[in-house]
Amino acid sequence: MVKIKELPDVELVQGSYACAGCGGILAVRMALKVLGPETVIVTTPSCLLGVTTFYPQLAFKVPCVNVTFPSTAAAVSGVVAGLKCRGKKGVRVVGLAGDGGTVDIGLQALSGAIERGDNFIFICYDNEAYMNTGVQRSGATPLGARTTTTPVGSVGRGEERPKKDMLGIVAAHNIPYAATASIGYPQDYLTKVQKAMQVEGPAYIQVLSPCPPGWGYPSELTVKLARLAVQTGQWPLAEYENGRLTVKEIAHRRPLRDYLAPQARFAHLPG
Amino acid sequence: MRAYLNGNEAVAAAVRLARAEVVAAYPITPQSTIVEKIAEYIADGSMEADYIRVESEHAALAACYGSAVTGTRVFTATSSQGLAYMFEMLPYVSGCRVPMVMAVANRGLAAPWTIWADHQDAIACRDTGWIQLYVETAQEALDTCLQAYKIAAHPEVLTPVMVCLDGYVLSHTEEIVDVPDQEAVDRFLPPYRPEYSVDTQRPYVFGVGAGPDLYPAFKYYQQQAMLRAKEVIKEVDREFQAHFQRSYGGLVDPYYCHDAAVVLVVMGATAGTAREVVDYLRRQGEAVGLLRLRSFRPFPVEDLRAALTRARVVAVLDRDCSFGYEGVLATEIKAALAGLPVQPQVAGFIGGLGGRDISQEDLAGIFRHCLEAVRRQDRGEKQVINGDWQK
Amino acid sequence: MLAEGDLRKGPNLATPCLSTTTGSWRLVRPVLDPGRCHNCLNCWLFCPEGCFTRGERIVSLNLDFCKGCGICVAECPRQALALVEEGSNDARLLER
Repeated sequence: MVKIKELPDVELVQGSYACAGCGGILAVRMALKVLGPETVIVTTPSCLLGVTTFYPQLAFKVPCVNVTFPSTAAAVSGVVAGLKCRGKKGVRVVGLAGDGGTVDIGLQALSGAIERGDNFIFICYDNEAYMNTGVQRSGATPLGARTTTTPVGSVGRGEERPKKDMLGIVAAHNIPYAATASIGYPQDYLTKVQKAMQVEGPAYIQVLSPCPPGWGYPSELTVKLARLAVQTGQWPLAEYENGRLTVKEIAHRRPLRDYLAPQARFAHLPG
Repeated sequence: MRAYLNGNEAVAAAVRLARAEVVAAYPITPQSTIVEKIAEYIADGSMEADYIRVESEHAALAACYGSAVTGTRVFTATSSQGLAYMFEMLPYVSGCRVPMVMAVANRGLAAPWTIWADHQDAIACRDTGWIQLYVETAQEALDTCLQAYKIAAHPEVLTPVMVCLDGYVLSHTEEIVDVPDQEAVDRFLPPYRPEYSVDTQRPYVFGVGAGPDLYPAFKYYQQQAMLRAKEVIKEVDREFQAHFQRSYGGLVDPYYCHDAAVVLVVMGATAGTAREVVDYLRRQGEAVGLLRLRSFRPFPVEDLRAALTRARVVAVLDRDCSFGYEGVLATEIKAALAGLPVQPQVAGFIGGLGGRDISQEDLAGIFRHCLEAVRRQDRGEKQVINGDWQK
Repeated sequence: MLAEGDLRKGPNLATPCLSTTTGSWRLVRPVLDPGRCHNCLNCWLFCPEGCFTRGERIVSLNLDFCKGCGICVAECPRQALALVEEGSNDARLLER
């Protein structure tokens, strides 16, 4: 179990151009506290790439390999093989992509890399739409959410399909370790990152990372909403380990309204 | 060592000799036997490399890129649809100035479906910033792969290289190939050690974003590197000759161009047939010549001008078509010769698409057609030569 | 602008490289009431920009990168942090 007080002081990502209150950059900052400086990031055109690696504002203190949108996990495989070849042991290779770069365009490459059994961690910071391009729906957009490609009108009622079961998909690869997490539950999240580091072979973590402009809420609510998503049963904290799926019990579920009401993307829903 | 190898086996032999450390590839006809052979080498312990069995060509090139930035020598190979599928990664790799070598066993693009040779696949990637070298023989395929590693990693070039060999005609046709000794190759080609690589002690971002103030500067220097590559390709060819006593002329490979009234320009294996036809017509007293273009990118404007300046008619045989215009090479040769004080007429011919055989008769026909035009011009008949040959 | 030597080698550059801080984005800023801080580290943990420094008894703030998102205020269990308008004095905190 990760102890928050024992996390290091050093900030391995700082000075990014992420929006105020960005859940994605918080997810990455937190993860790097556990991953540490012997980490190589592989990332893809997304909010994260745009806000951390656009010259002259390069915010990472660890190496970062940018690649095309569909290719995060394929480039990860290459970096893993290359570092092995160069005899660089103990360096963790971490693929970082948003939900679009993971569950949609990046899915084939991720499937290939998991199936090959390469030793890497893949973190999907899930903000439930294509935020970088202006809040278009992705396969991870939840049912009913308004996005710019699932607008609400006299006919349209927001996203018509439920969210893709990505954890089920990676679990079906018989992956050694996979989990969902939320930045609202940092100890749970970071313990999962630590477990992912200890696994030989691929590990996958999908961390809910609320987005103030994309979801339509005031920026101070980012962590609260990440917590409410779990407390209202909208975001299960699940773990797939040794072939078994476990889900954290939520003792006293809060009413769904508490989670939906502060978000403009659900404003059209009744009551 | 002399061995009986086809073009694909020759490429695989070169990749082993170059001590490529990571190979990522996806099968596609007619490339597949290159990577099958490499897989065999790795399996039998004669090659020490990591073979990443990727799920697509797009992933193949992404994995090669990921490996290359860690400072490893990488290789991939593809053809046709596979090259089209990895298109997005092509300018990414060249833009990041990552040296690597890819063999392309040239094949036409669907539809209609075909598995046979033409140059449409690689030509369609003309503007992706890769160096493209076209070879004539299996021996040249081997030698060019070795040269390509040296060209790509040259500090003034830092640009990936495609080695293009005609599908089947070269990829699957055996010939006697001189396979150099490992020690000799090691003397020619030192290990790949870039100035910087993925290193937690000295972190870099590979492929930063750049705004309008900076993007053009990177592109300017990429263009400068490509232009500089013209000299480097020649240098490396000369150096190769010093080590292995074989040379391909660098950017262009002229044959009887010095006094030819009609010069045929081709790329790839067609040059072998064309040489025979030139010999035959020369014996009949016809002033014909051949120019094999070895480097399509960078485009050797100066060398082409020097070789073609005395020709009356330049016939260009394209195994590709820029639909709505003409063969790509024809356009480029016209542009290269524009502005010469005495400008040869350029006649474009498109042929050999989708593996259609280009026979000696076909090539002799092109030469005769152009020779006749020269004679008519000598009689004062001004005309544009019609080059609408479609075999 | 980058030197020619960097441009020649492609868009691969040493990181970190920060040309600006992001503090200027802020319209409001957090202020800390040291008397109320119990060093629970929620603010330190949840600040997306890493603006807090842990101390022996309380946290301290460096606003260079603070964008004024307000997460630290929302997550502080003891109301030790409050947002004030950028440029104002600490009035709101003192009134409470």
